[in-house]
Amino acid sequence: ELNIDIMPNPELAEQFVERNPVDTGIQCSVSMSEHEANTERFEMETRGVNHVEGGWPKDVNPLELEQTIRFRKKVEKDENYVNAIMQLGSIMEHCIKQNNAIDIYEEYFNDEEAEEVMEEAPSAKTINVFRDPQEIKRAATHLSWHPDGNRKLAVAYSCLDFQRAPVGMSSDSYIWDLENPNKPELALKPSSPLVTLEFNPKDSHVLLGGCYNGQIACWDTRKGSLVAELSTIEFSHRDPVYGTIWLQSKTGTECFSASTDGQVMWWDIRKMSEPTEVVIMDITKKEQLENALGAISLEFESTLPTKFMVGTEQGIIISCNRKAKTSAEKIVCTFPGHHGPIYALQRNPFYPKNFLTVGDWTARIWSEDSRESCIMWTKYHMAYLTDAAWSPIRPAVFFTTKMDGTLDIWDFVFKQCNPALSLKVCDEALFCLRVQDNGCFIACGSQLGTTTLLEVSPGLSTLQRNEKNVASSMFERETRREKILEARHREMRLKEKGKAEGRDEEQTDEDLDIDLEALVSKAEEEFFDIIFAELKKKEADAIKLTPMPQQPSPEEDQAVEEGEEAAGEGKSEEVEEDLA
Amino acid sequence: EVEETLKRIQSHKGVIGTMVVNAEGIPIRTTLDNSTTVQYAGLLHHLTMKAKSTVRDIDPQNDLTFLRIRSKKHEIMVAPDKEYLLIVIQNPCE
Repeated sequence: ELNIDIMPNPELAEQFVERNPVDTGIQCSVSMSEHEANTERFEMETRGVNHVEGGWPKDVNPLELEQTIRFRKKVEKDENYVNAIMQLGSIMEHCIKQNNAIDIYEEYFNDEEAEEVMEEAPSAKTINVFRDPQEIKRAATHLSWHPDGNRKLAVAYSCLDFQRAPVGMSSDSYIWDLENPNKPELALKPSSPLVTLEFNPKDSHVLLGGCYNGQIACWDTRKGSLVAELSTIEFSHRDPVYGTIWLQSKTGTECFSASTDGQVMWWDIRKMSEPTEVVIMDITKKEQLENALGAISLEFESTLPTKFMVGTEQGIIISCNRKAKTSAEKIVCTFPGHHGPIYALQRNPFYPKNFLTVGDWTARIWSEDSRESCIMWTKYHMAYLTDAAWSPIRPAVFFTTKMDGTLDIWDFVFKQCNPALSLKVCDEALFCLRVQDNGCFIACGSQLGTTTLLEVSPGLSTLQRNEKNVASSMFERETRREKILEARHREMRLKEKGKAEGRDEEQTDEDLDIDLEALVSKAEEEFFDIIFAELKKKEADAIKLTPMPQQPSPEEDQAVEEGEEAAGEGKSEEVEEDLA
Repeated sequence: EVEETLKRIQSHKGVIGTMVVNAEGIPIRTTLDNSTTVQYAGLLHHLTMKAKSTVRDIDPQNDLTFLRIRSKKHEIMVAPDKEYLLIVIQNPCE
C-alpha cells in the first residue's frame, strides 16, 4: 500500500545553479595489494658502549696533558673559532634568558586535577574467591591481612557449632597468597581448630591464633606449619578463644586474648606457659568467675594503649583500663550494648572516642561519653549481623556482614537509614570481614569456608572533601543529643524519686486524675463538635447538589452511623486515657 | 672577548656547565670535568648531526639553528656551527 507519493517538482530546480566544470579528485595510481608477512625472529641484544676520547688528530696523544693543552690553545687562536663563539654565544644567551624568564613546560592546573568529585555511584566487585580445599567444609571464622603490602591473607577455619564439628574435620588454617586462589600458600596445623588468627603487625612472619579448646598458639612462617609456641592447657582459657590481638610493645611479642569463659589474659609469646596477667570480666567488681560475662570480641587501639574494650556474650560492652592498680578497678564502665552477643567491636580509626558494635540485628555506634545508649544505630534487619569494620580511609564508612550472606556498606554522610550499598556475596552466612589498610579491598569469610575478596569503587575508598569535619560534627551532634536525653532521664528519675519520698504524693495523683478527667471530657466535646460540623457541611453540600428529598436520609443515616462510631471512639479514647 | 662571552654565559642563573666542542668531537673549552665533557661531546655531536640531517631531509633549504633537550633534571642546549658546537647545560628554575 502506497503511503506517500511525492511527485518531482521541476520548479525546485530553479533554486539550483548548474556548475560546469566540476572539480573532483580521482586517484590514479598503480593498483597494489596489501600483504602481511612475519619475518624470522631476529635476536637482538642491548649493549652499552664505553666512550673513549677520540677524534684527536694523529699527532696529538690524548693522554698527554701538554699536547692537548697546546692543541686547544692553537684552536682558540683560530679566527673562525672566535666568530663562531660570538655568534653562538648570543643565540645561546637568548635561550638561557628565555628559560630563566618563564618555565615553558610548566604544568598548569596541576592541583585542580586531584580534586575530582566522585559522582559515580558506589559499587564493589568480587575479585577473587578462595575456597577451603578441605572436603569437609568449615566456616571461615577470622581473617587477617598481612601487615606489609597486604599481599597475603590468613584465614582461620573452625566449626563453631557446639560439639557438632563433623568427625574427620581438619584443624588446619591457611595463609593465602592473593595471586593464587587455587592453593593456599601455607597451612597452619594446630592441635585444635583456630577460631581467631592474627598477623603480628611488627613482624610479619609471626602469627597468633586462638584455638577452639582455649589455648593460644603462635606460629613463625619461616619455621613451617607446626606450632612454634603453645600455651599450656592448664593456664589457658576454658572456652574457645574468640579474640586475640597483638599489643604495641617494644618487643613486639605481647598479646592478649579473650574467651567466653569470662577471662582476658595477657601473654608474652616468648613464654607461653602461663599468662602474664588475667582479668576477670565480672562487672560487679567482685572478681568472681561465676559472675563473669563471656567475652566474645576484643578491641584494642594502639593510640590508646592502656584502654581496651570487651564485647560480651550477654550483650554488654565493658571498657577497661589495663593500668589500674587493683583488678577491680580495671573495669572502668559498661555500656548496655545489644540484645545478643556482640560479635564485633571496633573504634573509629579517626575518632577513637566513637566505636562501632554489631550484635543482634543492628549495628550501633557509641560514644565513650554517652554511657546509657548508643548515639547512632541502624534499623533492625531481617538477618543477624555477624561482623563489622570501619573503613581505614573514610571516617564515615563502615562495612557489615549478615547471616544471609550480604555485605552492607554504610556511608552515613551520604545516607543514614539504609546502607549506601548492599551486596549479596554468597548464599550462605558471612561470618567475618576484614578491610585492607588501603581501604580498597575487603575480604569476607563465609560459613562454607569461602573467602571472597572484593574491591570497592574509588568513591568509597578515597577521603572526600570535608568528610572528616562532617563525620566529627555528626558524632558530636549525636553525642550531645544523647547527653541531653540522658540528662532529662536523670531529671525525670530524680523527680519520681522525690515524689515517692514526698508527702503530697496522693494529692498529686488525684490532681492528675482530675486533670485527666477534665482533659478527656474536653477532648470528647471538641471531637463531637468537629464531627457535627463536618456532618452539617456534608448535608449542606448534599442539599446543594441534589434537591431530592431522598438524599438527606442516607446522609442522616450516615450521620447517625458516624455519630455512633464517634461515640464508640470517644469511649475507647476514654478507656485509653484511664489506662494511661 | 671570547672569554667574556663564555664567562657571561656561565654566570647566568641556573647554568651548570658550558663547553665548546669542535667538529671532531674534541672538547676545546669546558667548565665540567673531563669524563663528563668527553661523554657529552661524543653523544651530543652525533645527536646534532642527526638532527641537522633530519631538518635538511625534510626541507633542503632549512638548517638546524638550535637544539634543546629538556630532561627531567635539566635542559641541554646545543648551538651548532660549521665547525664547532657550543653546549650549555642549564637547570631552569621553576
